[in-house]
Amino acid sequence: MSGCSLLSVVLDEDRSFSVSDYEGARARWCPGCGDHSVLAATQRLLADEQLAPERTVFVSGIGCSSRFPHYLNTYGFHGIHGRALPLATGVKLQRPDLDVFVVMGDGDCVSIGAAHWVHAIRYNVNMVALLLDNEVYGLTKKQTSPTTPQGYSTNTQPHGTYLPAMNPLETTLGVTNASFVAQTAEWVPQHLFATIKAAYRHRGFSFVRILQRCPHYTEDLFLPFVQDPTRVELLEHEDGIVVPDLHSRFENQRHHDPADIDGARRLAETGDQIRLGLFFRDETHPRYDETRTLSAHTAEEKLSLLNEELDRYAV
Amino acid sequence: MATKSEIGQAPPAATDPGTEAPDVLSTPLHTVEIVSDPGEGAQTCGQIFASVTAKMGNGIWTVEIIPAEIQPPPRIPAGASGNRIRVGTNAVTNWGDRTNLVVAFNEQVLLARHRVGALEDDATILLENRWATHDDPAIRQEWTAAMKELAESSYRIVEVPMEVECLEVIEDPRRGKNMFALGLLTRVYDLDREVISAQIDHVFRKKQNREEIVQRNVDLLDRGIAWAQEHLDFRVDVPRRPTETPQVVMNGNQALALGAIASGMELAAMYPITPATSVSHQLGDIFERFGGVLHQAEDEIAAAGVAIGASYAGKVAFTITSGPGLALKTEFLGLAVMTEIPLVVIDVQRGGPSTGLPTKVEQSDLLAAIFGQPGDAPHVVLAPATIEECFHATVTARRIAETFRTVVIVLSDANLATGVQPFPRPELDASWQSTPADQSPVRAGRGPYDWDPRTGLSERFVPGRPGGMHTVTGLAHDEWSKVAYSTDINQRASEMRSRKIAVLQQTLQPPVVNGDESGELLIVGWGSTKGAIEEAVDRARSEGRSVSSLHLTFLSPLEPGLRDIFRRFGKVMTVEINYSDNSRAPFITQENRRRGQLSWLLRAHTLVDVDCWTRVLGEPIRPGAIHEVIRDHTRVLTDTGG
Repeated sequence: MSGCSLLSVVLDEDRSFSVSDYEGARARWCPGCGDHSVLAATQRLLADEQLAPERTVFVSGIGCSSRFPHYLNTYGFHGIHGRALPLATGVKLQRPDLDVFVVMGDGDCVSIGAAHWVHAIRYNVNMVALLLDNEVYGLTKKQTSPTTPQGYSTNTQPHGTYLPAMNPLETTLGVTNASFVAQTAEWVPQHLFATIKAAYRHRGFSFVRILQRCPHYTEDLFLPFVQDPTRVELLEHEDGIVVPDLHSRFENQRHHDPADIDGARRLAETGDQIRLGLFFRDETHPRYDETRTLSAHTAEEKLSLLNEELDRYAV
Repeated sequence: MATKSEIGQAPPAATDPGTEAPDVLSTPLHTVEIVSDPGEGAQTCGQIFASVTAKMGNGIWTVEIIPAEIQPPPRIPAGASGNRIRVGTNAVTNWGDRTNLVVAFNEQVLLARHRVGALEDDATILLENRWATHDDPAIRQEWTAAMKELAESSYRIVEVPMEVECLEVIEDPRRGKNMFALGLLTRVYDLDREVISAQIDHVFRKKQNREEIVQRNVDLLDRGIAWAQEHLDFRVDVPRRPTETPQVVMNGNQALALGAIASGMELAAMYPITPATSVSHQLGDIFERFGGVLHQAEDEIAAAGVAIGASYAGKVAFTITSGPGLALKTEFLGLAVMTEIPLVVIDVQRGGPSTGLPTKVEQSDLLAAIFGQPGDAPHVVLAPATIEECFHATVTARRIAETFRTVVIVLSDANLATGVQPFPRPELDASWQSTPADQSPVRAGRGPYDWDPRTGLSERFVPGRPGGMHTVTGLAHDEWSKVAYSTDINQRASEMRSRKIAVLQQTLQPPVVNGDESGELLIVGWGSTKGAIEEAVDRARSEGRSVSSLHLTFLSPLEPGLRDIFRRFGKVMTVEINYSDNSRAPFITQENRRRGQLSWLLRAHTLVDVDCWTRVLGEPIRPGAIHEVIRDHTRVLTDTGG
């Protein structure tokens, strides 16, 4: 890309991108890790939407999944544990013209970053937030996370996790001004792609929980759902996420209107089945980034305004 | 606004006083305070008085007297609220020692001032006297007890029937006594009634029924003037010296906010914390007009994160906080240093540790600001010493942050935050402002940390620049921002981040010594103590003592040449508003003595045995106290010229 003039790069309508244009460093996740599927689906989305790599920013926290930006050829910000959302909010407030994606693990988002998570939902800044939820701390080697099921043995709670798992969907749906809440699973790639795509297309804060196997520590947690599609229910609606190809594999389908917040909250409850699909969407909610925009002033304009302001303090 | 020639002239001759001509005390410095229960408007009174005195050509320094609670019970000493204004013929650089004249709305708040030793022994006190004859016997008893306690000093107490007088104009005297008090001061200090009226109009400019309110307040003002004319047998003349240079008058937090705008920064992220929040109030009021965004984050950590995210994506952003908030931001500051994302942090210091003294001054964040981040996190710390420097500090901080791709912490404090002082109006310069984010394509073969091997400086790749795609990371990384898996990368990257600070240090000027270049004692200070230190040094020098002072703006890196300067003095000591052990206290030895924060720093930096004298009284250090310290550490020289 070097040697191109700014005009030819930015205004070149003919530029087209393939999946390989978004490939960064070779991913170092464990073989069989669900992160690989999410990365593949994301690269597919970027190509599908033809997003200019230089105008796309992936922000992450700390954890296995937070290595995500390194494996993409876009701008990336691998931040600190739990704090991806404030960084992303800053990027978006400064540069609404950039497409911003946030990648977080369950410890990152639901535990140490919980305050930011709750408030990011409320701010409803236009960005995509992916929660890669493997229900365990992987990078630090199998500690209980807020989403680890009760009774599950980990290195910090070897006699079994003491408390019932927190349900991130319920939490998100409970926050005022939530505007897009969906759940998908990395072992259903078509659904994963369709969900990320719907999230990208939504104008507001799109929260996607991605159920994700950790082959080292929590594979058994997801195995029953992977092996038995009848334990998965697809939420279906013409305004939701519909993947007709999946209908033969997943016989359980439920009609759910994503405008129905009460229904969404009921369906989000933890049970024997997992539900994939769009729980809730409302594009009419106020967006903080629309009310708080930087406006361009020249240095001279500011100077003259500041001189007027100083007049108020003149002796 | 009055023209220059009008400023400082005597007001039109008032009507003849009812009594014989009052005594006029002519003095180059005089300190007055107005103190009341919260909500009675003593602060508004003080602020108007200060503005008008400054406008008429006096130097001023104002400090707020603030209770810890918003609305404590009435008539308790802990509720004392108001302003203290030191008025001078020349520029006033600090709050001085004790108060000469007090206007008190009840005897309990007056007791508070008496008990903290705020008042001169011979202070004159104008005291509301309705409590002496109040219906409630408990209140009458409190009055009597207070009078007995106050009799310990030789104050001159003048009882003033404030409420009785105010009731002639309004129904609720709690909401008007302050203007009556302002009238008293107008007469005592011979202020121009027209300038005062204009200032009252300005204060109430946002009120709905502005005209009516202003008229009522001016009526109260006149009532105060008339009462003083008839009953007070003294006036104070602090000769005025109007300056030809255009001046502005504001407090340090206002100056920080306006300086930030002058620097071209466009995004501030903060979480409310005393005493820093009024910087944000100022920005909240005007920032949008400049195209800026003030983001109130969900917490201190997020405020740092949003500012770093915004800086990463474009122009340098800033965050505003005080000690406890600085502690919370620590990890993010390390990230900004590691990723070389420019960031300005304004820390308006208060007393600590923990919640400490939220509304009171302290200089206790110095070492935390410099060394607070785990790991090696070289960055810049500077401290404005005056209100004027608060304005320019943000401009300097922004430029350094951007040029050196680093974090710059600006250490102000509660004394500067609420102190009001006139200073030469800044001559704004468009070049102070940052340029729009570079969006040009990145040249082939350039990495996001292409450190110049000599300086450690590199070009920033802001998102949007074609060909510059990379992932910044808090992990140790190489020139390409690739995670370091080999041993030498972290050594080299650490070297490069540190080198930048050395390069900055090479551009700094050696500090200027106030007084002789060599001598018996050198006092070293930083931040808001400058005015008090220099006043004390001047007093001691006029007694023939061999003392000089030196004030540091840059604390990290330190300004050059310190060791050479220090070695020209017999003794070097810092004066700071932070804690140090008294070397004569039990158990304290040279080995275990904990020292003032700057003193630690200077000892390590210069290998000179730098002593310290520090206090954490929750108030600015008085020049008189520093003068005493100088006396303890110097001999009086004979006046034969040495």
